Amino acid sequence: MTARYLSIEQVDMTFSRAGVDSQVLKNINLNVERGEYIAIIGHSGCGKSTLLNIVAGLINATSGAVILDGKEVNDPGPDRSVVFQNHSLLPWLTVYENVALAVNKTFARTRSKAERHAWILKNLEMVGMSAALHKRPDEISGGMKQRVGIARALAMEPKVLLLDEPFGALDALTRAHLQEEVMRIQEELHNTIIMITHDVDEAVLLSDRIVMLTNGPSAKVGEILDIDLPRPRNRITLADDPRYNHYRQEVLRFLYEKQRKVEDLAERRRKEQSAAALEKERA
Amino acid sequence: MSVSQRADSVTQPAPASWTPYLQDLKDVLVQKVLPPLLILALLGGIWEILCSSPGAALPPPSQVLRDTWDLIINPFYDYGGNDKGMGWQILASLERVAYGYSLAVIAGISLGVLVGQSTWALRGLDPVFQVLRTVPPLAWLPISLAGFQDSTPSAIFVIFITAIWPIIINTSVGVRNIPEDYRNVARVLRLNGYEYFIRIMLPAAAPYIFSGLRIGVGLSWLAIVAAEMLIGGVGIGFFIWDAWNASMISDIILALIYVGIVGFILDRMVAYVGNRVTRGTSKG
Repeated sequence: MTARYLSIEQVDMTFSRAGVDSQVLKNINLNVERGEYIAIIGHSGCGKSTLLNIVAGLINATSGAVILDGKEVNDPGPDRSVVFQNHSLLPWLTVYENVALAVNKTFARTRSKAERHAWILKNLEMVGMSAALHKRPDEISGGMKQRVGIARALAMEPKVLLLDEPFGALDALTRAHLQEEVMRIQEELHNTIIMITHDVDEAVLLSDRIVMLTNGPSAKVGEILDIDLPRPRNRITLADDPRYNHYRQEVLRFLYEKQRKVEDLAERRRKEQSAAALEKERA
Repeated sequence: MSVSQRADSVTQPAPASWTPYLQDLKDVLVQKVLPPLLILALLGGIWEILCSSPGAALPPPSQVLRDTWDLIINPFYDYGGNDKGMGWQILASLERVAYGYSLAVIAGISLGVLVGQSTWALRGLDPVFQVLRTVPPLAWLPISLAGFQDSTPSAIFVIFITAIWPIIINTSVGVRNIPEDYRNVARVLRLNGYEYFIRIMLPAAAPYIFSGLRIGVGLSWLAIVAAEMLIGGVGIGFFIWDAWNASMISDIILALIYVGIVGFILDRMVAYVGNRVTRGTSKG
């Protein structure tokens, strides 16, 4: 077996609730190289976040294993820092203190106090938050909170950075802005990143590979698409790039033709009812 | 983003004179102080009219003031025994409340954290708490007198047992409602039990804990007056009972006013500490 940086090997996940088993993930295999940017895309409810949580160690897979840099992942830890969808900053701490909590805990023994202080400032500067060090999360905008969340995750120098729909709750302009920032930071640091998303453009623009999950239950890896676009990427010039559009279409085709979301029950019932009503009228 | 932020942080130009401060003071006086004063004057007037007839059972405010003037201007006299000024009486009551309430805070928060953290503790203890908390404070007094054989610890115990329930219940609700996200942050950072308690649990549950503390301090003050009526000795509760036995209705009225004011101050003090401590916590 080849030695990969991060490998997800035959991961199954089954949740049991009240005696009923429901399989969410089935036989997921994925290898990630160091410095690679992976996007995982799929319809909502297909188990994307479950997969990310397994890599984070926040939940344990029913079977299979996640191996990072030669070690099996069994519990959460600072080498796999997570940027949560809803930022998850601690509201009673300032921007600086939020990052400081992570830095002071992670580097308590390895760095001096002054080094840690400089490191906190450097990471906040990298995401453009130097002006708001002593503000509390409720005093800054949603985009800024997510920046701090990214700074906190980066500051832990993780082996792999896990982004759980990091821009999902933001408006389109802020989202585009933050995507640019993430690309810029990635140019600089070459982190290994796994990002969950349901935004096709975001996936194509940011990642090196897109992993497409089939619909649940028992979601598996449907297709993997290599994105061979030169970096740095620019969304405006890419918009006219035939390769970019080709990749977009590939993903869209997967999501909307091969894996069309099953009509949800409520909608189906509504249709049946209106059909029944129509028939009654006719009769 | 950064532009709007800079605009926000521009400081207000320093006032050129004292006029704005005087204006502020005037606003506060007109909006906050004047309305309750007007209502007080109105209620006092009605009371005066109702109780001025010769056969009235209760004294009008003017007579209360005349009867109790010595007590008002001289709150810290001490003629030995129970014959002490109102200041000493209230301080004696406050001392008992301080002991009982402090014990209730420590035990209440600890038990609340336990019940909030552990499902087994919740299942086992919660039904017991729910039954015990409905027992009226004074019903505990005879049993605590029997247990302690002394009036002072009995009064303190009554305060303790009165104040502890809302503290336990609110703390446990607060601990149980810590968002999953914060727990996940703590797990990714690998915070140990102590760090989790100090850095995440206490601040996250603080708004709940302080609402429990605030209810608790109010209840302790309610209970101490009643308990002291029964146990005797120095204290505002027994002062009232003593005044009743001596038919000094004016003294009772003065004591009631003091009890109300002290209760109000206690409530405000806990609320103020709570506001300072939980600043920013309640909002996401």
